[in-house]
Amino acid sequence: MAEFFQLLVSGLATGSIYALAAVGFTLLWQASKVINFAQGEFVMLPAFFILIGTQVLGWNFIVALLFALICTLVLLGYFFKRVIIDPMLPHGVLPIVIATIALGIVMRDSVKEFYSAEAQPFPAVFSEETVSVFGAVISVQDIAILITSLAAITLLQVFLTRTRTGRCMQATAQNRAVAEILGVNVKRMILYTFLINAALALMASVLISPIYLAKFSNGQSIGLIAFIAAIVGGFNQVRGALVGGLLIGVIDNLSAAYISAEYRTAFPLILLIIIILVRPQGLLGTAEERTV
Amino acid sequence: MKFSKVAVAAAVGAAMIAGSAQAQSVKIGNVVELTGGGATVGNNWKNAVVMAFEEINAAGGILGKTVELTNYDTQTNAQNSRAMVQKALDDGSYVILGPIYSSSTKVNMILTQRAEIPQIVGSEAPFITTSGNPYVFRTSFGAAQSMPKLAAYLKDGVKASSVGVIWVNDDFGKGGRDTVITELKKRGISIAVDLSTEVGQADFASDVIKLKNSGSDAVFAYLHEEESARLLKEIKKQGLRQPIVGETTLMNQKVIDLAGDAANGAKGHVGLSADAPVPAVRAFAKKFEAKYGNKPDHNGIKGYVAAYTVKYVTEKMGKFDSKAFARTLHGLTISPKDEPGILMEVTWDDKGDVDRQSFLVEVVGGKQKIIEVLPKLGN
Repeated sequence: MAEFFQLLVSGLATGSIYALAAVGFTLLWQASKVINFAQGEFVMLPAFFILIGTQVLGWNFIVALLFALICTLVLLGYFFKRVIIDPMLPHGVLPIVIATIALGIVMRDSVKEFYSAEAQPFPAVFSEETVSVFGAVISVQDIAILITSLAAITLLQVFLTRTRTGRCMQATAQNRAVAEILGVNVKRMILYTFLINAALALMASVLISPIYLAKFSNGQSIGLIAFIAAIVGGFNQVRGALVGGLLIGVIDNLSAAYISAEYRTAFPLILLIIIILVRPQGLLGTAEERTV
Repeated sequence: MKFSKVAVAAAVGAAMIAGSAQAQSVKIGNVVELTGGGATVGNNWKNAVVMAFEEINAAGGILGKTVELTNYDTQTNAQNSRAMVQKALDDGSYVILGPIYSSSTKVNMILTQRAEIPQIVGSEAPFITTSGNPYVFRTSFGAAQSMPKLAAYLKDGVKASSVGVIWVNDDFGKGGRDTVITELKKRGISIAVDLSTEVGQADFASDVIKLKNSGSDAVFAYLHEEESARLLKEIKKQGLRQPIVGETTLMNQKVIDLAGDAANGAKGHVGLSADAPVPAVRAFAKKFEAKYGNKPDHNGIKGYVAAYTVKYVTEKMGKFDSKAFARTLHGLTISPKDEPGILMEVTWDDKGDVDRQSFLVEVVGGKQKIIEVLPKLGN
């Protein structure tokens, strides 16, 4: 029982980081029908902005974090929207898919070329001590990661539902034309969505890099798992992405421990197939109708 | 007419100069993991090889010829390593150095065997030297040499009666896992849990929880460098109390740097260490650190030794003959008295395995601390 509890907490912690990346997928999809296949690299890159701050420029972690936040918002939020998405959007979803795949490759290879192909140590933001809960030894870092991620997603949900700007963003997501008629500054709302996605990516990067180490190739696995989490939970619901992320994290841990470590990467995909067959809109997603 | 005579003379002159330059140099191919999962180990090896040949060239080269070194990147991909070895052979390499990953060596050493070109590798899986290839040579212990020493340490040093084994599911890991389990069982030590992990695995939470609850007296870890660091960090995060014991990769300085405090207390056997109480090794480490800004790991020492092996064997033969090189190296002992660049006395057997002193090490304060010096197996 203690082992199960430890696996559960650890899985929820990792899953909550996947959820941060998965929420980014759903936000961009809702706001502008963009599927960002560079989302994993968006999580990988901010860790290197911080390392540039601490290792190259010699700043302390907090200053480096602020530097990374500015770089992330400007490059992965503003410029991503203006330089890649805006020109591509009129041409449909497929060119954007191709463009973001290419962007992911460019980001990965740029870090490899200009920083290092080797993994880099990354400072832990939380205590690495352990506590005993009901006979199970639980990592403080896991608990802190879980709380931080859930708090961030809850705040986002509150922002989207309880503030005027958030409701304008939701209106834009639901029906862009009507929102525009009602006087919503649609372009600004979409920009906010991209900036929030970038900020969530930075948060995921800071939480996951102390465990996975900072490496140019980290984005590949994180991006794939976050994408699966978003589909499993429901691509058009923030809370769906949260549930999907947590579920994938827990299933990954439990399947590796109790079924097969060799096939652990296959279980999230099996879950994805089952969800698509049984409930195509995802666990918490809503069915969308389109005229064809 | 006048112009064509000048052109012909220029072409002949250029050809003569090119031919003369070619005759004054010897090509060596260094096929190694410069990117991908093995970049950490590959770059250490490559930097040491480059440094060694710069020294050799500055001192007059080998038999008066300058070494023309070309580095080829396997991208830590077995199939790509095969293509790179073929390219190095096509480019006319006299000897090929590398790679380090056993899964790569497994698929490319057949090419050097067919071409009858010696290949000096950094790989440690047992099959490298048991497949009857007379052209392949190690630079460090294979698992068959190091695991008996480790099993003896787990029994007598750690006093373990059961051990949890965690290993990476590739040729390197499987070879080490099979050998250590056989050696542990020979000594009456039971295997509490046997966990395979994947190359490039990032999340070790479930593995560490299983190790923690296995009831073993110690954990034996046999993974690559980056995965070792992630495992050690997860072990610290989960508060695992059992002693962590490993082989050379776990004790690697890069692992210690990546894992930080989490590496402290880990113990293991290393065939080569920059902290070894051997003046020549420490002098090499100092030169390496001054040149590259980081301390070499055992792969750096292996690369350096590989380069000086090429120099010593060729000068001993007095000619550049790849086939004779392989014959000469079998059964050869090179002492630092004869070739200072070899750093420690080393003997190659008839299969290409090496024998030299080795060390039991503990990580203390982010550094390797030598606990015990183990003699050559042949002594």
